[in-house]
Amino acid sequence: MKLIMSATALLAAALLGGTSVRAADVEVVHWWTSGGEQAAVSVFANEFDATGDKWIDGAIALGETARATVMQRALGGDPPDASQFNPGRQYEELIAAGLLLDLTPLAESEGWADFVRPAQIAEPCLIDGKWWCVPVNIHMQNWAWASVAAFQKAGLEVPTTWDDYLGALPKLQEAGVIPFAVGGDGGGWQISLLANQLILAQLGAETVEKIWKDKDLELAGGADVLKAFQTLKGLGEYADDGSPNRSWADTTSLVIQGEAALQVMGDWAQGEFQVAGQKPGVDYACLLGPLVAEPKYVRTGGDIFVFFKQNDPEVERAQLSLASLMVNPRTQALFNTAKGSAPIRDDVDMSLANDCMKAAIDVLKQDGSVVPDANQWRNEAFTTAQNAIFSDLIYNDATTPEAAQAQFVELLRNAE
Amino acid sequence: MGKLPAIIGTLPMMIVAIGVFVIGIAFTVVLSFTNTKFFLINIDFVGMRQYDILWSTPRWLQSVANIWLYGFGHIGLCVVLGFLLAVAMDQRIRGEDTFRTIFLYPFALSAVITGLVWQLMLDPIWGLQAYVRSLGFADFTFAPLANGSTALYGMIIASTWNGVGVTMAILLAGLRGVDEEIWKAAKIDGIPTWRTYISIVIPMMRGATATALVLLVVNTVRTFDIVIAMTGGGPGISTQMPATYVIDSINARNVAQGTAGATVMLLPIAALILLQAFFRWRAARIKARAV
Repeated sequence: MKLIMSATALLAAALLGGTSVRAADVEVVHWWTSGGEQAAVSVFANEFDATGDKWIDGAIALGETARATVMQRALGGDPPDASQFNPGRQYEELIAAGLLLDLTPLAESEGWADFVRPAQIAEPCLIDGKWWCVPVNIHMQNWAWASVAAFQKAGLEVPTTWDDYLGALPKLQEAGVIPFAVGGDGGGWQISLLANQLILAQLGAETVEKIWKDKDLELAGGADVLKAFQTLKGLGEYADDGSPNRSWADTTSLVIQGEAALQVMGDWAQGEFQVAGQKPGVDYACLLGPLVAEPKYVRTGGDIFVFFKQNDPEVERAQLSLASLMVNPRTQALFNTAKGSAPIRDDVDMSLANDCMKAAIDVLKQDGSVVPDANQWRNEAFTTAQNAIFSDLIYNDATTPEAAQAQFVELLRNAE
Repeated sequence: MGKLPAIIGTLPMMIVAIGVFVIGIAFTVVLSFTNTKFFLINIDFVGMRQYDILWSTPRWLQSVANIWLYGFGHIGLCVVLGFLLAVAMDQRIRGEDTFRTIFLYPFALSAVITGLVWQLMLDPIWGLQAYVRSLGFADFTFAPLANGSTALYGMIIASTWNGVGVTMAILLAGLRGVDEEIWKAAKIDGIPTWRTYISIVIPMMRGATATALVLLVVNTVRTFDIVIAMTGGGPGISTQMPATYVIDSINARNVAQGTAGATVMLLPIAALILLQAFFRWRAARIKARAV
């Protein structure tokens, strides 16, 4: 009798404990491994741990590798609880295969559709009336980052237009700095990013969508796009020998140290300057456009998180709790300030953000300023092939802009 | 009844052979005629479309050209250098065991380690070039990996360093297998040593040479890890290989395209197997006629 009593008591205690503590581990895969990115992701981790649940960090270097790993795990029936993707088509198969947790009830009760702005940021997650992912930031890709010291070394002012910069390239080389900083790791995504901004600069926001969204082959094969290819080829000649397999963060650190003059990279590069303790306008210059005197548009990408179905109510509760935490104003402010990105909502205290980011947010608020990047329209197979074409153009002496453009048109023709 | 243990003994191997090779290859070939993205949902047969795309993709064409150049370079260098090393070792030198260990040692390292070490050595900023420049030769240039037109040669250097020791060991065994009497006879006839090697000894080493070649060819076709470790396929696409194209396609969730590439990779190997089967069949028939 006594035994049964104490057993019952134990059981009751266990049940009580189970309901009062309520803690679950949530494994999150992401590819935020550079210094600035780690500072940002630990905001999520710390804020989430403070709620009683536990953030299990699954950092995998390089987006391509991280996404491939998550997909293989999903195929094998052992997906992580949450995973980072770029907004667009990278996770469409996961939705079609029914592997993702439907976030619609949470999103509707919190009114995500009301505060996520601009609408283009919600679109990749809000598909046919259902929320499949959480947008956590808005990254603007059309930035150039310049080292003030490097330009001073060549006796130059930091340029504000492409023509100024292209004219400065030989002088920078003579002065012994790397005139143009770029890296070719992961199949060449950095070069694709650069090429996309050059094409945007050439065509303008109104027309550029026709290429990736509508597959306008005539436009893609036209003279304006060819000019962007030629500029890319020209810039490639001013890259350094260490460039081919270098990561974006290592490339940014060349600009931070003043060894390289300028890098075209998304605003995540800002996080590296912050970690290095540099000040915009003093140590480095941020040039939105990139290199456009009065920038009117922003090429947006960013990061989203999907949550995989786990058939465990306790984990699901924790997953939803994390999803909710990711969009709350406090986390948004802390995370985006560290990351160098813009928050997904307006009611966020961005007083900590620096002048670069504030200027970009002002542009972002203008009507018609948002140009989503190619990931929104084309799938990852397309992106991989596009990376190969652009990096071949920049690193292979024998590849002409005309030949690369012909390959690009052929790729678009076959794109699904 | 006496066959039962033999059947039981070979069963695991048969399961692996049928399960992994036959079914796996059949899946690969079938998927290459579909539009499979990643998960096995919404699949349609699209005929030869994946192959049309494959052979119009510049990166694949470059990969195929690369593996020929890399294959000839790597195998040629391994055989020639391996033979020269084997001959040098065959001169009854002192400390032969030590040298043999030194030359064989690189093979104990995985291709990834080999690739990373050589990548650092060939790096223009930290590697050999920077070192020689620091000695005062400011114009010294040796950074093959930094340039698309030379990167593949850099990779051949690294893979040859890795593989030459094994070729040497196999060829040395072949040399040792040659009867001492032949050397004595050649000496008495006054034939120069180099001539003896070329006209008598090398033809007698056919078995060892064939073994070394087969190992090298297999190594070449599956070239993957050294590319990833050394160049990631770059600069640009200048060191991409068929295997990296297949894996990247699958990772980019374009499984059908990857399997089309894999199927094409299978063809030369299938052709070799068929050719071998044909020669065996012909040899058997000639033998049967002779009886």
